[in-house]
Amino acid sequence: MSAIAVSTTINGDDVEYLCHAEEMLLDVLRNRLGLTGAKEGCGTGDCGACSVLLDGRLVCSCLVLGAEAEGANIETVEGMAVGDRLHPLQTKFIEHAALQCGVCTPGLLIAAKALLAQNPDPTEEEIRFGLAGNLCRCTGYDKVVRAVEDAAREMRKG
Amino acid sequence: MSFDAKFHDRDFKSVGTRPLRPDGVDKVTGRARYGADYNLPGQLVGCILRSPHAHARIVRIDASRALALKGVKAVVTAEDLPDLTDGDASLYAVLDNCMAREKAFYDGHAVAAVAAIDARVARAALKLIDVEYEVLPHVVDVDAAAAPDAPLLHDDVFTGGIDPAPETPSNVANRSEFGHGDVEAGFAQADVIVERSYKTEQTHQGYIEPHACVASVNPDGTAEMWVCTQGHFVFRQTCADLLGMDVSKLRVTSSEIGGGFGGKTHVWAEPVALALSRKAGRPVKLVMSRDEVFRASGPTSATSIDVRIGARKDGTITAAEATLRYSCGPYPDMWAELGAMTSFACYGLENVKTVGFEVLVNRPKTAAYRAPSAPMAAFAVESAVDELAHKIGMDPVEFRIKNAAQEGSRSSYGPVYGPIGIGPTLEASRTHPHMSAPLGPNQGRGMACGFWFNFGGQTCCDLNVAADGTVALAVGTVDVGGARASLSLVAAEELGIPYEDVKAAVADTASLGYNDMTDGSRGTFSSSMAAISAARNAIAVMRERAAIMWDIPVEDVGWEDGQAIALGDKHGNRPPLTIKEIAAEAGKTGGPIAGHSELVADGAGVSFATHICDVEVDPETGATRVLRYTVIQDAGKAVHPAYVEGQFQGGAAQGIGWALNEEYVYGDDGRLQNPGFLDYRIPVCSDLPMIDTQILEIPNPNHPYGIRGVGETSIVPPLAAIANAVSNAVGVRMTHIPMSPPRILAALEGQG
Amino acid sequence: MQYERPNSMQDATSLLADAGGKAFVLAGGTDLLVRMRGDAFEADLVVDIKSIDGLKEIRESAEGFRIGAAVSCAELGRHDALRGAWPGVVEAANLIGSAQVQSRCTMTGNLCNASPAADSVPALVAAGARAVIAGPDGTRTIPVEEVPVAPGKTSLGKAEIIEAILLDNRPPRSGDAYLRFIPRTEMDIAVVSAGVNVTLDEEGAVASARVALGAVAPTVVLVDAAAEAIVGTRLDDAALDRLAEACTAACRPIDDKRGTVAFRQKVSGVLARRAARIAYERAGGK
Repeated sequence: MSAIAVSTTINGDDVEYLCHAEEMLLDVLRNRLGLTGAKEGCGTGDCGACSVLLDGRLVCSCLVLGAEAEGANIETVEGMAVGDRLHPLQTKFIEHAALQCGVCTPGLLIAAKALLAQNPDPTEEEIRFGLAGNLCRCTGYDKVVRAVEDAAREMRKG
Repeated sequence: MSFDAKFHDRDFKSVGTRPLRPDGVDKVTGRARYGADYNLPGQLVGCILRSPHAHARIVRIDASRALALKGVKAVVTAEDLPDLTDGDASLYAVLDNCMAREKAFYDGHAVAAVAAIDARVARAALKLIDVEYEVLPHVVDVDAAAAPDAPLLHDDVFTGGIDPAPETPSNVANRSEFGHGDVEAGFAQADVIVERSYKTEQTHQGYIEPHACVASVNPDGTAEMWVCTQGHFVFRQTCADLLGMDVSKLRVTSSEIGGGFGGKTHVWAEPVALALSRKAGRPVKLVMSRDEVFRASGPTSATSIDVRIGARKDGTITAAEATLRYSCGPYPDMWAELGAMTSFACYGLENVKTVGFEVLVNRPKTAAYRAPSAPMAAFAVESAVDELAHKIGMDPVEFRIKNAAQEGSRSSYGPVYGPIGIGPTLEASRTHPHMSAPLGPNQGRGMACGFWFNFGGQTCCDLNVAADGTVALAVGTVDVGGARASLSLVAAEELGIPYEDVKAAVADTASLGYNDMTDGSRGTFSSSMAAISAARNAIAVMRERAAIMWDIPVEDVGWEDGQAIALGDKHGNRPPLTIKEIAAEAGKTGGPIAGHSELVADGAGVSFATHICDVEVDPETGATRVLRYTVIQDAGKAVHPAYVEGQFQGGAAQGIGWALNEEYVYGDDGRLQNPGFLDYRIPVCSDLPMIDTQILEIPNPNHPYGIRGVGETSIVPPLAAIANAVSNAVGVRMTHIPMSPPRILAALEGQG
Repeated sequence: MQYERPNSMQDATSLLADAGGKAFVLAGGTDLLVRMRGDAFEADLVVDIKSIDGLKEIRESAEGFRIGAAVSCAELGRHDALRGAWPGVVEAANLIGSAQVQSRCTMTGNLCNASPAADSVPALVAAGARAVIAGPDGTRTIPVEEVPVAPGKTSLGKAEIIEAILLDNRPPRSGDAYLRFIPRTEMDIAVVSAGVNVTLDEEGAVASARVALGAVAPTVVLVDAAAEAIVGTRLDDAALDRLAEACTAACRPIDDKRGTVAFRQKVSGVLARRAARIAYERAGGK
């Protein structure tokens, strides 16, 4: 069995990797590229812990073949902060205690980023439905929703 | 030095504030490393072969075809984990559960494991392991399993706790009984009696991070393990016992933990990873899939509970009785016993009796889940209490206040209470604006109370003062929800220095003395006690150093606001020495400055909560929507209120999921039908409202700062609170949890 | 397993025709890649159709809409004209999975997965949608309800691929709607679902209707009796009662982990009644 060579851009950097045909993008990121920020919570697209942006679209990287990412632009949680400057969502998650165990946090941050890119001023209901693909078992979502609301406010100020 | 753990009222500077958590940046940038995020050079991938049968004798296992596959480095079966448990039944249960010996007891029971160069080869190898099973009759329902004609899991289990001892084996492993007074006499005094039977289905803790570990065993008998666990010291002990290792030669590091809720207090696959590594001679990483997590780890008990409560017309409960049957999975345990202990703990009763039966079933070994066993008992009791209040014509809050336990009450499980929070949480609920908010059509309000014991236990802490006066705090309990922040606050408080000058970390098993499991809401209670003790010891050292620097007797040195002060007329005019100044001179005054603490944290204050919730039920579909939810709970002292609120909210959310949708569904073949997050339905963000919280602070007299555990009680009331709300919304008493739409609709239709 | 990403439909069908073992078509992957994780699943060839010309386009013409097989459901939601003409179909497609799944999943994939609970299919059947199927011998067009034949099975030949779904332009005074029941508010598979499509006459009475139910039988059920119950009416209560009764009677459901026979029978009627109301209002009915 021969591996497939893939050229992509990940968090702004050109990245090339080899993967097997049946290998998921999540496994490529975690096992081949050392990007362990995306987590495998289920492997079936039901928990969102592996969320990344693929050409600007929010996806579960456990439901994308590594081979499909040829030519794609991928953003992961590792690329959210610019240098030592955290993204407003990252700052607000810490400030609002929006994480307890934190294992769902990378996925929630990416999903929230995708949501705010489409809808900079979401209602509570829009946030709740926008994040419905990201399971969190610790927080009951209350502080997560508040953090996203606050980050959205901050980002609208510019 | 003896440690005075008694509560002393004080004004706090750090405790009670809401600083940023020390592990926050790592967790929002993806740098925090969880169980599956760690790797070792030359590491193999481990996979486990699991029984497809609910109950089967393992006739033969032939791994020769798997071993012949290129890239396979080791196959492990029960033969590689010989029984070293020496009659310790609970340890044997762990051993048999992590690798089936004679029989597979449930769908998902491990029967063999393989280590290979990568996951693809390992998975291919599993398919090449030939297992011959003799399929046996199975039983998964708790009531069916307790019946006399049920298929037996073990022919050598005879119901314990019964005199005379039975002569025929049974799936009912044990009977336990609690209470006091004379319940029949009490019922004779009652004007109204409510008697009902309830069922709750089995749920899973549902942590988002599957179990994961990396094990590395060396030929010289030393080993290391990186693992997501709620108690790495306990894991070390258990694994060393099962593998015949010297305890201190196994070094266990707890990774960041992606949720546990009790499920990661149990050893599952770690001995298998160690056995694979020992056999292959290389490190082995073993990560469960979500399917394996559901099929083979941690569910709570399914239960069947009968409750009978009687009261006089004035609202006084005269007698209360409950019979509780809890499923344990294939091994005897004490889940029904915990249910029997907690059932009536909220109330001060003259006549009370509870009886628990531990029932063996062909389901995974039952594991602790946040206040284990209490939510189901509370569902049954608090439903009956609500019904009784309605029958008497009393407001359910007033009825509970009238019967609530208070300081000096003898609890239904034995001990006499000290100062407790049940009354205050009820009083707070009575005046809470939520209680008087208007309701619309098809809407109902419910409330319920909950209790949890809280644990203490063996705990260690090291507090090291660096040369610049900042402090490194090494703790041995695992940080499951912000503990590093709260323990840093406590150390800062006791030392009198800023929170920012303390950095807490979870130490591995080679770096700190033994710590019990992080369970029973004990993490902050116990480790804060150890941190205070360690800080006091460090202060004693720093007073000695200041005495040397000043050249005065140590008795004349005090400690205030992070600095040594000279006491008395003779020396009192000296400017204070700050911790930084003392630390800078440490090399010249006796060496590094540290405070240590090894203690048994006694006196965990019991915990009570009252929850209020509003629901709307669609009468045509049975769909229930939670509109508003309020948690009122006693924290003793909230160290970091944001994370206390987080515990209240998280527990409530798990309880809401349990109440409405979460359940293990088994087919007639005894196989789990929904081992995934698609059909095991934990609440998603759009399912829930904001969850309001009110923290009460009734100091625990047995902790210097009055702290009580806060982690678990919040999952106890929701099942009943929602059941009561549904009942009030649609006039149907729901007795089966979860109250899924088909169950509610059937109840509505049945009512005509 | 071999992964191929052809640029033409001809190459794609040839790959399938020549495949020796088990071959699968990949568009969004939200069903296929989940199945791939299962122990029993084996694939020898996966043909990714996302690079094929035109398959990621929604084309609007005088006849109606042609929705390429690789158009994601999120993309459908962003297409104002399609949403305006067929709101029920679009809302059904947009109910599939999370935002993450929406970015990838396709209506064609939803159809070809042949699940009785597929969200978009009852809406498509109610809408009278057709599927354009490419194969080694050219293309053919069939009604969508003829694609799934049993749970997990379609009528497609070995080398056939659906390349587009066709939705006709609508007569004036038309509306459609789709409702499903799930225990949570998101992330679930439909326990029971209903799609209703109506066209009204100039007086505001229902002139024609199609009612389709999901998750109540091995394949989506088109309930003629339910449509007949409301034709000629303005959805008065008696008509809606007859509609609901017809739906309940048409169900052939099973008990499973998601629901019971009784629940599905009852709620199919409830949802059809509610969906009919919405479709009627969208058509301008009052």
